[in-house]
Amino acid sequence: MANTEKDRITQERLVSIAADWYGQMTEGRVPSITLPTRTKANIEYNATSEVWKYGDKGTTRTANSAKSALHILKMAYVVGFLKQQLIESRSSTLREMYYISEGWKRAKFAAQDESNMLVEDLEIVTELSREAFHLRPEEDGASIYGPLRLREQTRRGNRDIHCQEDVGEAGYPIPSNVENIEFLDHDASFVIAMETGGMYARLMENGFDEEHNAILLHLKGQPARSTRRMLRRINNELGIPVVVFTDGDPWSYRIFASIAYGSIKAAHMSDLLVTPTAQFIGVQPSDISDYNLPSDKLTEGDIAALKAELTDPRFDTDYWKKQIKLQLDMGLKSEQQAFASRGLDFVTKEYLPSRLGEMGII
Amino acid sequence: MAIAETLASQQKSISVAEFFEKNKHLLGFDSPTRGIITTIKEAVDNSLDACEEAEVLPDIWVSITKLTKETLRITVEDNGPGIVPDNVPYVFGKLLYGSRFHQIRQSRGQQGIGISAAVLFAQLTTGVPARVISRTGADKPAYIFDLMIRTEKNEPEIIRKEECDWDRTHGTRIELEFTGTLAAKRRLIDYLKYTAVVNPHARIQADIDGEWFSFERVSDEVIVPPQAIAPHPHGIEFGTLKRMAALSTDNVHDFLVNGFSRVGTKSAEQMLGIAGIKDTRKAKGLSAEQLKELLAAMQEVAVPPPPASICLSPIGEEMIVQGLEKEFSLDFVKARTRKSQVFSGHPFIVEAAIGYGGKLEQEGQAQLLRFANRVPLLYQQGACAVTTAVTGINWRAYNLSQQSLPVGPILLLVHVASTNVPFTSESKDAIAAIPEIEKEITLALQDLGRELKNFISKRDRNKIAEDRARAVCSIIPEIAEKVAEIVELPTPDISPIEGQIMRRVVAKKKTEDGIVGISVVNYTRNPIEVMVYSLSEDNPEEAVPKPDFIDTIGTEFNAVWRTTIEPDSVWKAAYPGKGQGSIDIRGVDEKMKVVVDLDGEY
Repeated sequence: MANTEKDRITQERLVSIAADWYGQMTEGRVPSITLPTRTKANIEYNATSEVWKYGDKGTTRTANSAKSALHILKMAYVVGFLKQQLIESRSSTLREMYYISEGWKRAKFAAQDESNMLVEDLEIVTELSREAFHLRPEEDGASIYGPLRLREQTRRGNRDIHCQEDVGEAGYPIPSNVENIEFLDHDASFVIAMETGGMYARLMENGFDEEHNAILLHLKGQPARSTRRMLRRINNELGIPVVVFTDGDPWSYRIFASIAYGSIKAAHMSDLLVTPTAQFIGVQPSDISDYNLPSDKLTEGDIAALKAELTDPRFDTDYWKKQIKLQLDMGLKSEQQAFASRGLDFVTKEYLPSRLGEMGII
Repeated sequence: MAIAETLASQQKSISVAEFFEKNKHLLGFDSPTRGIITTIKEAVDNSLDACEEAEVLPDIWVSITKLTKETLRITVEDNGPGIVPDNVPYVFGKLLYGSRFHQIRQSRGQQGIGISAAVLFAQLTTGVPARVISRTGADKPAYIFDLMIRTEKNEPEIIRKEECDWDRTHGTRIELEFTGTLAAKRRLIDYLKYTAVVNPHARIQADIDGEWFSFERVSDEVIVPPQAIAPHPHGIEFGTLKRMAALSTDNVHDFLVNGFSRVGTKSAEQMLGIAGIKDTRKAKGLSAEQLKELLAAMQEVAVPPPPASICLSPIGEEMIVQGLEKEFSLDFVKARTRKSQVFSGHPFIVEAAIGYGGKLEQEGQAQLLRFANRVPLLYQQGACAVTTAVTGINWRAYNLSQQSLPVGPILLLVHVASTNVPFTSESKDAIAAIPEIEKEITLALQDLGRELKNFISKRDRNKIAEDRARAVCSIIPEIAEKVAEIVELPTPDISPIEGQIMRRVVAKKKTEDGIVGISVVNYTRNPIEVMVYSLSEDNPEEAVPKPDFIDTIGTEFNAVWRTTIEPDSVWKAAYPGKGQGSIDIRGVDEKMKVVVDLDGEY
């Protein structure tokens, strides 16, 4: 089976980390490992894959202090644990692994943050996702609703599902391992990913999906990795464009950035998670004045976040610089539901069609 | 009657005692809590001064007893030379009576106000007379006095004077009854502790409301009392010069040479030449105008600084260190005694010390101990030149953080000794901002700051080396085991890594399955001869190899092996046990050895 082959590769890559250390030690060297520096300053745009990835800045951890040695020891324990898990064809969650480490004596984790970080480090070194390690995320992915037929490989066998006809109003929930999905056929011309449940429900109620052959996707805030992976797969494999509809505030722009450009935390997974062609549909700061939307004043935190975005390489485009500066000048932000002030149909009849037209999608 | 006449009938002279009765704060008696500290301070200062003059090692007893809710009895007793009976009423019952006021030398008390002011204060609050017992020698009787001060005349009133029995062969005891509280007990104990720090030759014991404190002496060296010197021509004021001239029988040349320190024939001639006064004139006959000219001339002529070594008695670096070590548990302590300097003709010496670590408070600002002529200064820290100098130093240059004072487990001690300590007020709480003094304090502390920086960085280096040793000796072997399990190969030998990182002698103790294993590896290039020590509750009699020596300390066994280890070789010993306890090796330079207890939790 394909999965067995994948597991074999995963196991090989994990064991090669341990093999490196083994080699270092037999040569009389202190074991060490080099990882990219995970900061805003060390992400670079990769022109071939069109995504943001970690740059060349690396940090080497060498076991010549108690702290670093302990870190490598913990990593060795995790590698050993994951290898065993792959051999036995079992899986666990990050939280379960954190509790399992209780039995590792000195190598046990002090907090779950520590084990999460370590797993991310392993993803970077192996260039594999945690799903490949059989580590399941706890959180669900988002929901989708629209003209798409897919096959999900579940523990109870394969299930064929049509995301409009076979689901209720909540839509189809994206499973944590998107690799178990196979797309069968579709009748969609684009995907619209929305930050809030309110907007998702509005578009469904107004029949936006049927009218425009749109796949509706509810991001549930900052999207889970499986949601981002799903968006990328739909975009890549089905060749349909993705637009992102969020609130008009700095935090929402980061939601868009993580979909379109990649996140700083998961820059090593950009090739798998990012949809570089995703486009931002709104709420744009310019919409606040153009449509005279009800708005709130920017808080100090908002202003600081906007200023940070001005120095973020991912937002270093004319479009974003103009919009962020405009927002700082106005000192205002609006939610996506603010369009309701112009009537419940305004967003589906006026705003979205006109923006989608401008963007050349419909 | 004219107004002036009416007023004149109301004008009368004020006695010193009356004046201070109304201005208690000037002498440090502004509140009942502070009054107690000031009283004890004055009495203890007098005792220490008296003992030094008599060249005896001070043995001082202080007690505070609660009599009623509001009244306290304070007793201070010493083994000093005692006071002759005729003088006792004046010493305790008259303000501004003393032996040291006219002398130029370092001493704790100077104006002769302190203890009589305490008597006055006690008399004001409770009306109970002061009780004094004094004896001047084994062949003399002791006398007991009950005394009060007649404030309007500033004269002692003897209520009782009798011979009595006393177990001390010489010394003085004073008892005073006060209205007051023990709210400032903490500060009082601090005062005694700080006094003990700068007087390591003194034994001070105290019973404060039933709680017992003892500050033992650590030095049996009797302090040589400083000698009085003649005034220095640069430090004299017009009034003093006039008074001195009036009392002189010499001609003006001899008057200058005999009456002032550091004035020789040549400088006297120069002074008289500038002032235009014939050297054969009698000093007594000079007019005020001529004396003014002479005073100005005295300032102009350069003369050497006053003989500080005679009139000052610095504590000394070694004694300060001993004193601090005795009262504080410290990881580092260093002291500096600067050379004597002069301000306005007054000689002074600055001494300073820095203590670090140990049981000092880890957080917060440094503890600052200020002293003037061996007396702790407890109040007005902010107004003191010592504080200004300390906060003016850039402590960050010595890798310390700073919030005006340096921050961390730091203790700073500054002692200013002078024939004339320039206090900001009569209550003698703070030293005035004299640039010469501030500069000396700064230089002394900067010097010590550099030493502290060296100590801290050396200690940090040692910490890093120890941390590395732990990583290499205990965590890397675990990594090796785990990694070998993952790659399914035999556990690699990590001793080359150990050797490469350490190049030292590494002693390890590890207990597994009830067997205590001790190993010593020689990673140096030379053979070593070492003694391996193991101190633990495990009985090492069955050890292989057998220890060369075993004895017991309490419930613990102390085992010693003696062995020679060749370069790159290992020596091992094992015996049954639980593995608590500790190991050590001797015979190797401290810098070349690493001792790791792998049984310890970390």
